[in-house]
Amino acid sequence: MKTNQISRRNFVKLSGAGTGSLILGLYVPTSLHAAKIIKASDPESFGVELNAWVHINMDGKVTIFSHRAEMGQGVYQAIPQIVCEELEVSLDDVNIVFAKGDNKKYGSQVTGGSSTVRGSYKNLLKLGATARTMLIMAAAAKWNVPASECYAEAGHVIHKPSENKFHYGELVEEAAQLDPPSDIVLKSRSEYKLIGKSMPRQDIPLKVNGTAVFGLDKALPGMMYAMVERSPKLHGKIKTFDDTEARKIPGVKDVFKVKMGVFTLYREGVAVVADNTWAALQGKRALTIEWDDSGFEQLNSEDIRKKMDGTLLKNKGLVQKKQGDADSIIDNAEDKIDITYHTPFQSHSPIEPLNCVAHYQEDKVEIWGPIQAPEWVQDYISTEMGIEREKIIVNMTFLGGGFGRKAFMDYPHEATVISKHIGGPVQVVWTREDEMTQGPWRPGIAYRCEAVLENSDIKAMRVRFVGQNEDHMRRAENADRTRANWGTSEGFPKPYYDSIENISFYDVPFELPTVPIMWWRSVYASTNGFAYDGFLDVLATESKTDPMDFRRKYMKDDRSQKLIDKLEKVSGWKNRGKGYGVGITECFRTTVGQVVKVSKKANGNGVQIDHVWVVVDCGWYVNPNIIKAQVEGAIIMAMGAATSHEITFEAGQAMQSNFDSYPLPRISDTPEIEVFIMDNEENAGGVGEPGLPPFAPALANAIYNLTGKRIYNLPFKLNEVV
Amino acid sequence: MAAIQLKVNGETYSIEADPQMPLLWALRDLIGLKGTKYGCGIGQCGACTVHLNGQAVRSCSMPVMAMTDMEITTIEGLSKPGQDLHPVQQTWIEEQVPQCGYCQSGQIMSAAALLQNNTAPSDAEIDSAMQGNLCRCGTYPRIKKAIKSVNGTIEKAKG
Ligand code: FES
Ligand code: FES
Repeated sequence: MKTNQISRRNFVKLSGAGTGSLILGLYVPTSLHAAKIIKASDPESFGVELNAWVHINMDGKVTIFSHRAEMGQGVYQAIPQIVCEELEVSLDDVNIVFAKGDNKKYGSQVTGGSSTVRGSYKNLLKLGATARTMLIMAAAAKWNVPASECYAEAGHVIHKPSENKFHYGELVEEAAQLDPPSDIVLKSRSEYKLIGKSMPRQDIPLKVNGTAVFGLDKALPGMMYAMVERSPKLHGKIKTFDDTEARKIPGVKDVFKVKMGVFTLYREGVAVVADNTWAALQGKRALTIEWDDSGFEQLNSEDIRKKMDGTLLKNKGLVQKKQGDADSIIDNAEDKIDITYHTPFQSHSPIEPLNCVAHYQEDKVEIWGPIQAPEWVQDYISTEMGIEREKIIVNMTFLGGGFGRKAFMDYPHEATVISKHIGGPVQVVWTREDEMTQGPWRPGIAYRCEAVLENSDIKAMRVRFVGQNEDHMRRAENADRTRANWGTSEGFPKPYYDSIENISFYDVPFELPTVPIMWWRSVYASTNGFAYDGFLDVLATESKTDPMDFRRKYMKDDRSQKLIDKLEKVSGWKNRGKGYGVGITECFRTTVGQVVKVSKKANGNGVQIDHVWVVVDCGWYVNPNIIKAQVEGAIIMAMGAATSHEITFEAGQAMQSNFDSYPLPRISDTPEIEVFIMDNEENAGGVGEPGLPPFAPALANAIYNLTGKRIYNLPFKLNEVV
Repeated sequence: MAAIQLKVNGETYSIEADPQMPLLWALRDLIGLKGTKYGCGIGQCGACTVHLNGQAVRSCSMPVMAMTDMEITTIEGLSKPGQDLHPVQQTWIEEQVPQCGYCQSGQIMSAAALLQNNTAPSDAEIDSAMQGNLCRCGTYPRIKKAIKSVNGTIEKAKG
């Protein structure tokens, strides 16, 4: 074990915290796979990495620190549900507290990649079981009976023969003296009382009466409100600005120039600080700013598309995946299938716009906000502003949606800069227009997919992918440009590699350094799925095979076969009429298959989506109702992404700015959605994102089935499809 | 700036505000009722929905000066702390509607206004009453289901 210098002060404080309660955490030496359970009152535990805390006090009240952000995906529920299962307490007896951003304590807290449950569930089970075992040991010692005669239930330890009972609270002092045992027996799935059940979410009561505190709802005594007017174009420097009118607005206190980081570039703006949000907004609107955007590319969407297509044709690219020799087969073939797909830039647009409260003080900065990646915020602000990392305290509030956008550091950085300038606490609020026009966005991608068929079999398949690489954005000139984008084949189900002998994925280098991009729910899979599964559907047609059977033929492993059988059954595929399409993708270790049914609209205006059947294989899972909710939501987000959304650029400016020009799906657009979950004991996969990618191809494939027309570009309007 | 009296959730508040300030910001920043949310500021998303004399309106588009003598109800006033939840809130919990939850104050206020006047709305009536409330998390299927299952409860509550 790594030893650490423990300052005397910290040690005393920590021991104090441990009195009269049992506190357990996970010590994570190198990777999550080798976690060790540790008591917080052990001196050596301070300063080492503890992941997830359980705290039981003398009243038997259990507190669980949730180290990940809650943005709707149900972490607030999933973590306690896992811990309580093994701890044998009812969810009603548990308090859930958002841990502060502190990756020394909790390990990585970046909420992304649908990773919270799949990355830590085994350790969380162990954590709960360890606490339970220690409480049983403590009770057995008190009664002077063998521990094997005792069991735990509903927050009590019970001695079976005598039916004597201790409440957990009566045992914590003794339990805290024990060493965490190393031989812990975990329950089997059949013994679960909470896991695998649709337990109601603990955060929902707070979300129906207005008491849940989102970032935007955070208020501190004496807090000011600020808005920032930033360059309407992708980049621009302030030449001059006139704040005379802005300062006349009642409530406006200060106006000044600010600069914040956008990856390795900087964005300039003028901040208006006021005593309420409306005054700040009025002040922002009253500013006159002259922007100098010389020296920046005045990009427009058409040029970006042309540049991508040109690159596709002339540049072979870096190998991301390769087996066999697809190149020589495809390059020498007389007959090949060759299709280019395009997908657009998109905005994340969580309904809660970006916002952040910062309080810069002499010896520290404290931040509150809807933040997906607290440690990145610490890293970034530390480097940019020369503040020690430990002195940047990041508090995560509820997130009003994130989808990747709130894993970015620009808005906390900007809030900190403004707080420093005014010397007090401030909340910086972005308008919807700010959020939509400034990015970062999901990158637009172009794909060239080629294949050669032989006797109805795929002899070779090759993909060229052209799109910005998020790693290049993040690291600028320090990124390793000899390495292909890991996301090139994301979403493409792995079983295909076992059945297609010659297959390659190439990442064709492409840079747009002035257009910021960021993860968007399911990242590259969100668009890859449309191209790759759509292309496979074309190959099914070309080889005259039923689309479901075609996938069955190439996804040979047992899990995929079961998923396909299930999907075929629940969607009534075998007896289907016209207008059915299937799509299957895999990301974050979860495979999702969808069947979409479309029909012609009665009024003759294109098609409508009638029904979506979904089968999810995410391995071991916690809460089926949360999974269903996530998948329903992912499908509705995917619906907007496939049939309506596109951020376009003109002369270096994003043209969509609010929900009037970027309309989200509404309640009347919602089809019938049925979600089925596969039951198995495989390792847990993600659930927040994998439901999204198969929708667009399944929809496009269904439209092909109905109309005979293939769709190669997103977005496509449902009322223009005939 | 003007002195304005607002009647919110049965209480009277005296505030000093720009008469043009939207009710949304007066509620949030001046009165401190943060349950009503900002999402777009242009009447497109419904996150800011409150009741004005029992009707669902978008508080981001209502200047505060026009609000005197009106009964304003926000999510905080739909049911009083310690009392039973409003039937819509209750069904929202039963159907596990919210995900991130940010749009839900607005959704619930719109649904409560709908059910006030029409206890058994059809699919089309639900669609048209809820059309102005966006949800980026995609909770629409559950909203529909919850509104349908609330019917009986409201009838019962009314006695
Ligand atoms: S904030 Fe009022 S409708 Fe969007
Ligand atoms: S629940 Fe997240 S926006 Fe509706």
